[in-house]
Amino acid sequence: MKTIEKEPLFHVIKRSDVSIGKSFLFRAIAIILGLIFACLVLLVITGANPFVVIQQLFAGCFGTPRRFWTMFRKLSLLLLVGLALIPAFKMKFWNLGGNGQILMGALTTACCMHFLGNEGFPNWAIILIMIPSSILVSVIWAVIPAIFKAFFNTNESLFTLMLNYVAEGIVAVFLSGIFKSPTGSIGIISTGHLPAIGSSSFVGRNDLLSIIVAFVLLGIVFAYLRYAKHGYELEVVGESQNTARYIGINVKGVVIRTMVLSGVICGIVGILLAGSINHSISTATPENMGFTAIMVAWLAKFNPLSMVATAFIITFFSRGMAQVQKYYEITNDSATYIFLGIIYFFIIGVEFFISYRVVFKDCKFIRWCNKVNKSISKAFAPVGVFFTNLKNKIIKVFVKEGK
Amino acid sequence: MKNNAIKTLLLCSVVLCGAYTLTSCGGNEDSTMKAGLITLHGDNSTYDANFINAFKAACEAKNVKPVIVTGIDENDACTEAANDLVDQGCSFVFADSFGHESYLLKSAKENPNVQFSHATGTTAHTENVANFHNAFASIYEGRYLAGVAAGLKLQSMLEANPETSKKLGYIGAYTYAEVISGYTSWFLGVKSVVSDVTMEVQFTGSWYDEAAEKTAAELLIEKGCSIISQHADSWGAPTACETAGVPNVSYNGSTESKAPNTYIVSSRINWQPYFEYCLDAVKNNTAIETDYVGGLGNDIYSGSVCLAPLGKKAPAAGTEAKLNEVANKLKSGELKVFDCSNFTVNGEHITSYMADVNTDANFEKDTEAVKTANGVTYFAESEFRSAPYFDLTIDGITLLNTKF
Repeated sequence: MKTIEKEPLFHVIKRSDVSIGKSFLFRAIAIILGLIFACLVLLVITGANPFVVIQQLFAGCFGTPRRFWTMFRKLSLLLLVGLALIPAFKMKFWNLGGNGQILMGALTTACCMHFLGNEGFPNWAIILIMIPSSILVSVIWAVIPAIFKAFFNTNESLFTLMLNYVAEGIVAVFLSGIFKSPTGSIGIISTGHLPAIGSSSFVGRNDLLSIIVAFVLLGIVFAYLRYAKHGYELEVVGESQNTARYIGINVKGVVIRTMVLSGVICGIVGILLAGSINHSISTATPENMGFTAIMVAWLAKFNPLSMVATAFIITFFSRGMAQVQKYYEITNDSATYIFLGIIYFFIIGVEFFISYRVVFKDCKFIRWCNKVNKSISKAFAPVGVFFTNLKNKIIKVFVKEGK
Repeated sequence: MKNNAIKTLLLCSVVLCGAYTLTSCGGNEDSTMKAGLITLHGDNSTYDANFINAFKAACEAKNVKPVIVTGIDENDACTEAANDLVDQGCSFVFADSFGHESYLLKSAKENPNVQFSHATGTTAHTENVANFHNAFASIYEGRYLAGVAAGLKLQSMLEANPETSKKLGYIGAYTYAEVISGYTSWFLGVKSVVSDVTMEVQFTGSWYDEAAEKTAAELLIEKGCSIISQHADSWGAPTACETAGVPNVSYNGSTESKAPNTYIVSSRINWQPYFEYCLDAVKNNTAIETDYVGGLGNDIYSGSVCLAPLGKKAPAAGTEAKLNEVANKLKSGELKVFDCSNFTVNGEHITSYMADVNTDANFEKDTEAVKTANGVTYFAESEFRSAPYFDLTIDGITLLNTKF
């Protein structure tokens, strides 16, 4: 007897034909769609006018020079953490311990500032001591799971994740036992500040150092991954450890070396956070960037240059929403979390549609949809021509820069 | 099909951009005064909600536009938020969390024309920055009153059953002055009614940990405590007390909704009078006190230190009248909460105590806190700075653990 298999409502096929330009267009559409949907939800829960929300998103990031520099600095720090993560990620070493590595660097910096300052060391001496020692501590923190991975093949995701909590515990012990702060925050340490750049009337003088460091390191990491032998080796290790061994790569060495690099960059982030921005330490110092940067890195497909864009998008929405909340006197933070959640969902979700195509089975409804689409496209034909031209121009620009 | 969708969406985006440019042109500055509030969490936290509600009410009363920034960590984010509020034209900025202080101070130094105030802070009187102020309230008086209410309840329980345990239980967040001052004044309030009570204190090591507060309450109830009170922000202790049928004195507002049978009374700091005072000062260009200590109001339900309405079932008869009587004595100065003749430390009445009032790295005991006025020798809480500094362990109180 013959069984008739029912065709499923839709099936998914892998795409291989998406051009760079088209994929960018998809992402732009996803952000706009996400924004529209998030604005509608915000309208329902708080009654906020969507147009004003969008205006305030921009105002929160670009409204005043101070906001611009703050946003730029936050973007830079997020970019830095992303730069710390991608070499390991390319090696398929899932480093979820960014927070802990930053925290250990920041703790060392804070200790140097506090104790050497109390001993009467001059600022330059404190800075000279705190930079290498903080980097060293961060590197140790990053290398512990790498050694265990290389020699005992332990699970690096769990290991790095748990080291975050250990680092938080250590900071808590320092705060209550050694700095003797009863409230989990020691206030501003007055010595060992990293220098501010620019005249005292320049609002971004405390932000510029982080920005410069981030973009210098962006260049270095980009070159390291693209042009250095190390960059190639870690990619081979990520693809296949057997291949790597076969062509004579020391796999253990590469794993440890790459995590040293992650540790160095996380250490630098820690130094900037404790020495240049907060002049203090608490368990919340890394601002959860160790996790946020994972999203930044993945969305950028581990490409350092694309990470500037993804870090910008994430920073833009979180900074902008803070302003929207302030503007509408929304004192419940959940509204912002819902808004950001929706936008992140769209941004991450579109990656699926870039890699796969959804094909619906032939039915009345789909045929009707096609018809509607056709009539809409007829009505907007002139607009369509305009955008096709625009799209081609954009694609040209991106293709040029991409290659 | 896909292309069409893309086109329509791009069209939408153009419309949106157009609308954005239109709306951004329409921004015009109005001349009403603006005031900024920086809080650690949003209004899900009872602590922050207490500030947010008072701030909104004060601004409305004084016709000032409030700008409220929530979720600001105790780091550079606070300086940044304060500077941003100044950029927006706020002439008064207030931050609500202890750890905000040094970051708010930084912003105050950068913006000398704007007035800055900070709750629970300790450094305004030593920093000498003209536009930076600390504020607190004599909450120990509120707790003392709540203690009197608990004492009357204990007395009525003893009358009903002479076997009732004369032991009290208290759940504290951390072992430092703000909490110690709080439970000692509550204990002295109870002691003023039932003279031979004792108390056990369990610390949780957190301002908000529902599970830990609940467990601590259950532990104290198991150890035979007759009345429980707490200085922590969750519903843990009140609900544990309701389940066990043990009377409870809460903090930061009434907990009667979830503990109708056991809720006696609750004390809290009402920030509205202080906010109104500051807004008036800024409007009239008069100075704000460096260390402001809010006190009891005209009756026990108004003022900077106030009580939430008494419970309907749990309090003893005549409690309200007695509380009014005690409150009047406190206001007139006839009665001092920390009257040295009412408590002993290691079996002796103290005559001198150096308290750590000025903030420094070594926690140096720098100020003589015991004073004599009108023939009463007392520990002068909140007189040398607004935030509490009473940190003695007096006889009758046993600490089951310590958490710093």
